[in-house]
Amino acid sequence: MRYVLGVRIGPVTFRIGSDWQGPIAQLRTLYRDYPRDDGVPDFSVRLTPRRPWRRWIRPAVMIEGDFVIPDAAPLPLDQGVLAAEMGMNLQMALGQRRFLLLHAAAVERNGRAIVLTGESGAGKSTLAALLQTRGWRLMADEFVLLDPASGLVHPFPRPVSLKNSAIDVVAEELTGAHWGPLMRDTPKGAIRHLVPAADALAAAERPARPVLLLFPRFGLPADQRGVGAGEAFVRLTQASTNYVVLGERGFTALTRFVGDVTRVAIDYPDADAAAAMIEKLW
Amino acid sequence: MNATRYRAPPASDLSMVLLDELVAIFHRASGITHLVASPVPELLTALAGRWMTLDDIEQEFELIDGDRASLVSIMDGLGVAGLIERA
Repeated sequence: MRYVLGVRIGPVTFRIGSDWQGPIAQLRTLYRDYPRDDGVPDFSVRLTPRRPWRRWIRPAVMIEGDFVIPDAAPLPLDQGVLAAEMGMNLQMALGQRRFLLLHAAAVERNGRAIVLTGESGAGKSTLAALLQTRGWRLMADEFVLLDPASGLVHPFPRPVSLKNSAIDVVAEELTGAHWGPLMRDTPKGAIRHLVPAADALAAAERPARPVLLLFPRFGLPADQRGVGAGEAFVRLTQASTNYVVLGERGFTALTRFVGDVTRVAIDYPDADAAAAMIEKLW
Repeated sequence: MNATRYRAPPASDLSMVLLDELVAIFHRASGITHLVASPVPELLTALAGRWMTLDDIEQEFELIDGDRASLVSIMDGLGVAGLIERA
């Protein structure tokens, strides 16, 4: 690869290579406050042209790595950051073995973590980003790393992928935050990556004890209900990308997790309402 | 003709965890997770590593005038799930 970036995000190292300079330059800017790591990475992502000549002519980015999605549509070169992020997600989702991965976000205070999970579009990324201004450290968005050995949640403070109207909502509150390039017209509309606050990056190696599991839904009047351990277990097996491959380690980790945490589904109209509900549940 | 007998894996082959009103079961031989409700965990415990007929099961659980059809249906479901064998 002509252009390379090695970066450490919490306990995981990535090496992103590209045949083009542009995406790596953008990634260097996005990840400027993360530790560099040029050793043997846990996961590699390669951004390559579809055909050799497509490096110059109508360049389109294919994502390669240990795991690939066959027939994935290439992305235009100006969405190279998105391609890299998708590639990093894919390698983690399918290749991670040390941790049980939960498709969720997590925030922390005083060594205790809240895990926010739910379907895509439920607003968990936006809420996790906004909780940063309300006394919470952002531990993770997209993937929460649950350590089967200790039961602790480990930080994985990747840039938060925000979409469409959520971009302006968060930008309005988090003035001075560090952002990646605004990419319009992606398959999911406009996407922009928000770098977590400095405290999140400084504590990227510091795990926390999970105490609360939330299933948030944005855009509804404030309401909450308890969630049974069985229902939470089923929803989290569906929200995990590597539950099956971890075998009994995953089973033990997840049953212990749902048994140990308080489990609540919350509906909320805005971040202030959600933050107030969380303070009461905390 | 002998009555059909049923047997569940030995207790060491299953990990059962109570999750409120449900029980999560990890079957070590297959690597499959099952989520079940009573009376399945009780049946699996009673049948762990030993053959029993439906009469034996009814006697064990004191199912006097028990609903034989629903017990057969449960046993069939457990057979399909790979959690019991029949002979």
